[in-house]
Amino acid sequence: MADKKKKKLTPEAQQYQSYQEKREVKRPIFKNCIKAFFVGGTICLIGQAISTFYIYYFDFTEQTAGNPTVATLIFITMFLTGFGVYDRIGQFAGAGSAVPVTGFGNAVVASAIEHRTEGFVLGVGSNMLKLAGPVIVYGVFSAFVVALIKTILIKWGGL
Amino acid sequence: MLVGHQTWMFKNKPTIISTGTVGGPFEANGRIANDIDILHDDMWIKQDSFEKAQRTMMEEACQIALKKTDVEKEQVQFFISGDLINQITPSTFTGKTLDIPYFGLFSACATSMESLALASSIVNSGGANYILSGTSSHNAAAERQFRYPTEYGGQKPPTAQWTVTGAGCALLANKGTGPVVTSATIGKVVDMGITDRLIWEEQWPQQQ
Repeated sequence: MADKKKKKLTPEAQQYQSYQEKREVKRPIFKNCIKAFFVGGTICLIGQAISTFYIYYFDFTEQTAGNPTVATLIFITMFLTGFGVYDRIGQFAGAGSAVPVTGFGNAVVASAIEHRTEGFVLGVGSNMLKLAGPVIVYGVFSAFVVALIKTILIKWGGL
Repeated sequence: MLVGHQTWMFKNKPTIISTGTVGGPFEANGRIANDIDILHDDMWIKQDSFEKAQRTMMEEACQIALKKTDVEKEQVQFFISGDLINQITPSTFTGKTLDIPYFGLFSACATSMESLALASSIVNSGGANYILSGTSSHNAAAERQFRYPTEYGGQKPPTAQWTVTGAGCALLANKGTGPVVTSATIGKVVDMGITDRLIWEEQWPQQQ
């Protein structure tokens, strides 16, 4: 991919890019992975604790405890984002705080706060899902395609 | 006046007789904080949006530049300015506030020097006696327009840049004391294929 892009460039630009690549401060990938693993793991641990709490103290089973747990985590994220803490956690943890459902909540709430100055309807209303919208669109679409394949295989594939 | 292919030499000595600078909270902790005229400790500057805050900073910078001299606002022929925001609204609204004939520019970071080069050229050729030239930017307003919402928890790479919260303005005159603009070389747009490491598609995290 990167090589393909490079071929389109002029020799001068290619030379400049290799010059730039040598001097660029690289992302500390290994360190970032370790941080992401532990922060992501901690968020999951909190989620598990909340889930267990719901099963133990309320009338939930292992199957039905999922939804209130996700709602609780997103609720906590909402406060952390509003108080300006979540972006600092995100800078430290990277994928660790972006991949769990809390990252999704943060993307929605951060956009909502950002566009507050443009008003509630045209600002918050229309820009709230600016970051999270693509995830929903492609999530729903890929679920639809998979369901279609499954239906075809069962009906005519004889599975 | 033209030397070579893209350089102007100014024989009539356009002079920067005064400057006005405004900075935000991040700049107040910097090493050149003592050289900034007004430092704000609040990103909002008592305005209800970051774009309006940027406009306020630009207005303040122009007013400071004028206040440092005995030049009246009515003596200034032109105001040349630009910024990063869509439709360069902070500069244009400053033009409205100042009530000075206005040129709007857009060259991202190069706007500061572009406005000075054009202002010098006009002053040098006798097109004006006094010109205000400057630019402004606001970290949060730029983040919102070019990158992510300010509270979004995306990880920035070590090469990520930080847009200044501030405004700067120079009052250029055909005579007076101060630094003299002797020449200006206008650059070309060059694309070396370096992509911004913060554009959405490249860094979009795989959520859920």
